[in-house]
Amino acid sequence: MPPDFMVRAALAGIGLAVACAPLGCFVVWRRMAYYGDATAHAALLGVALSLAMSLPLAPAVIAVALAMAAAVGALSGRQSVDTLLGVLAHAALAAGLVAVSFVQGVRSDLSAWLFGDILSVTRGDLVTIWLGAAAVAALIFWRWSRLILATLSPEMAVADRISPRVEQWVLNIALALVVAVGIRIVGALLISAMLIIPAAAARPLSRSPEAMVLAAGLIGSVATLAGLGAAWRLDTPTGPTIVCAAAVLFVVATGVAGAGRALQARP
Amino acid sequence: MTAPLTAPLSAPLIELDNVAVTLGGHAVLRDIDMTVRQGEIVTVVGPNGSGKTTLMRLIIGALAPSAGRITRAAGLRLAYVPQRLAIDPSLPITAGRFMNLPHRRDPGRVAAALTRAGLGGLGSRPVSALSGGQLQRLLLARAMLSEPDLLILDEGAAGLDQPGVAAYYARVEQLRAETGCAVLMVSHDLQVVMRASDHVICLNGHICCEGTPENVSGSAAYRGLFGGGEGALALYRHHHDHVHADGTPCAGHDHGEDAA
Ligand SMILES: Nc1ncnc2c1ncn2[C@@H]1O[C@H](COP(=O)(O)OP(=O)(O)OP(=O)(O)O)[C@@H](O)[C@H]1O
Ligand SMILES: [Mg+2]
Repeated sequence: MPPDFMVRAALAGIGLAVACAPLGCFVVWRRMAYYGDATAHAALLGVALSLAMSLPLAPAVIAVALAMAAAVGALSGRQSVDTLLGVLAHAALAAGLVAVSFVQGVRSDLSAWLFGDILSVTRGDLVTIWLGAAAVAALIFWRWSRLILATLSPEMAVADRISPRVEQWVLNIALALVVAVGIRIVGALLISAMLIIPAAAARPLSRSPEAMVLAAGLIGSVATLAGLGAAWRLDTPTGPTIVCAAAVLFVVATGVAGAGRALQARP
Repeated sequence: MTAPLTAPLSAPLIELDNVAVTLGGHAVLRDIDMTVRQGEIVTVVGPNGSGKTTLMRLIIGALAPSAGRITRAAGLRLAYVPQRLAIDPSLPITAGRFMNLPHRRDPGRVAAALTRAGLGGLGSRPVSALSGGQLQRLLLARAMLSEPDLLILDEGAAGLDQPGVAAYYARVEQLRAETGCAVLMVSHDLQVVMRASDHVICLNGHICCEGTPENVSGSAAYRGLFGGGEGALALYRHHHDHVHADGTPCAGHDHGEDAA
């Protein structure tokens, strides 16, 4: 029987995988990878705010992530989104690091916010994580077809009375929730890895958008369990080990799909 | 059932009143007055960069006019076939699933629509694996599933071979006859399209001339814009200094990538 904290860690990681699967697919389909990175980095400013003003963590992180999405939306058009994200993400990360240094006693465990601390997840954290994951899954399930059409062609979506801007905000909100959930588990620097790697690993195994989301969820969960086990045995940092496990699964999935195609092509 | 050719009697679906569009500081469209009525086939022709796609995006509502007013009939149902659909290779989607966006549709109807579009049996093929012509027919078939009042085609036949183009426009006319929907289309295939149209608009940043296909092809402005009825190739011999029907020369505005 594994110790309680390991069970909590596994449940937390699977919760994150569930939240990341549908959102991560859209991040990949819409080429928003850098956007995910930027939002996660900005979340550190939210952490600093919550510590300095003793606000609850999740709402502070969500507020900062949404503020960043609004800033990108307002400023895009004048500069390329890529450049804007680079400016905002690093400004927010740097401001977060500076702000955190003013807060008593946090300096020492800054790495917990950058790389997460899945082994210290409490029962309360678990409730937050699973509520967040359920909210993300429900939000994306609700908007599913509209999101896919807006991703394929914003104009075709408009003709069907779907607003691409509204759908972009649906994804912004989901991203803010995922960052708030993930910052305790894998930390600000590795959240977008959990968004992108399982979805990318799922791509060669999937023939429909729905299958890709399911495969991404499965791969993310397996990576969590494998990473936790490996970190326990090898005494390595847990968050980065989970991401390494996901990367290994990406290589395996790509190889398996390639071998499958080669076998099919053979007469 | 034949489509009403007495256009002035049918109700307007969409009206543009003195509309202008500026994009990135560049006046792309100006002084656009146009109406599309129920059951009408309206064709927009013009050289590359003349603002045809911009006009379509304006009409579907993807773009707001910088001046003027657009009025849509209440409850108007639009369907749009874009000039290009680049599907990101990271998004796996089959032709059959694509037909069910943004709503799940009756599988029997979807299968019938695919068959009528000549795509029977390709429902499980990834959209990215379809040929250019198959993709164009898929887009048209999906557009018709929503039973639109107004079908908007932005160079729907681009990339088709000559029999393919003829078949495509025959299909558009047939759809109009079957459903009574109005069609607004952009085309470079002047000869083919002229025959299928009730109303033709020559666009070059502004409306250079318009009218029935016969009136337009006989007008001085049209000949100035496209040459003396030399067909599609004449489009590329478009000169900057043509003269409008009312005698005003059309020089001085941006003609985009004029290949003359
Ligand atoms: N977002 C934009 N910002 C600035 N200029 C734009 C933008 N979109 C289009 N334009 C310009 O507006 C003009 C009209 O473009 P549009 O795509 O409507 O032409 P078109 O008639 O559809 O051409 P084609 O025959 O090549 O499809 C072009 O000069 C184009 O460069
Ligand atoms: Mg165009």
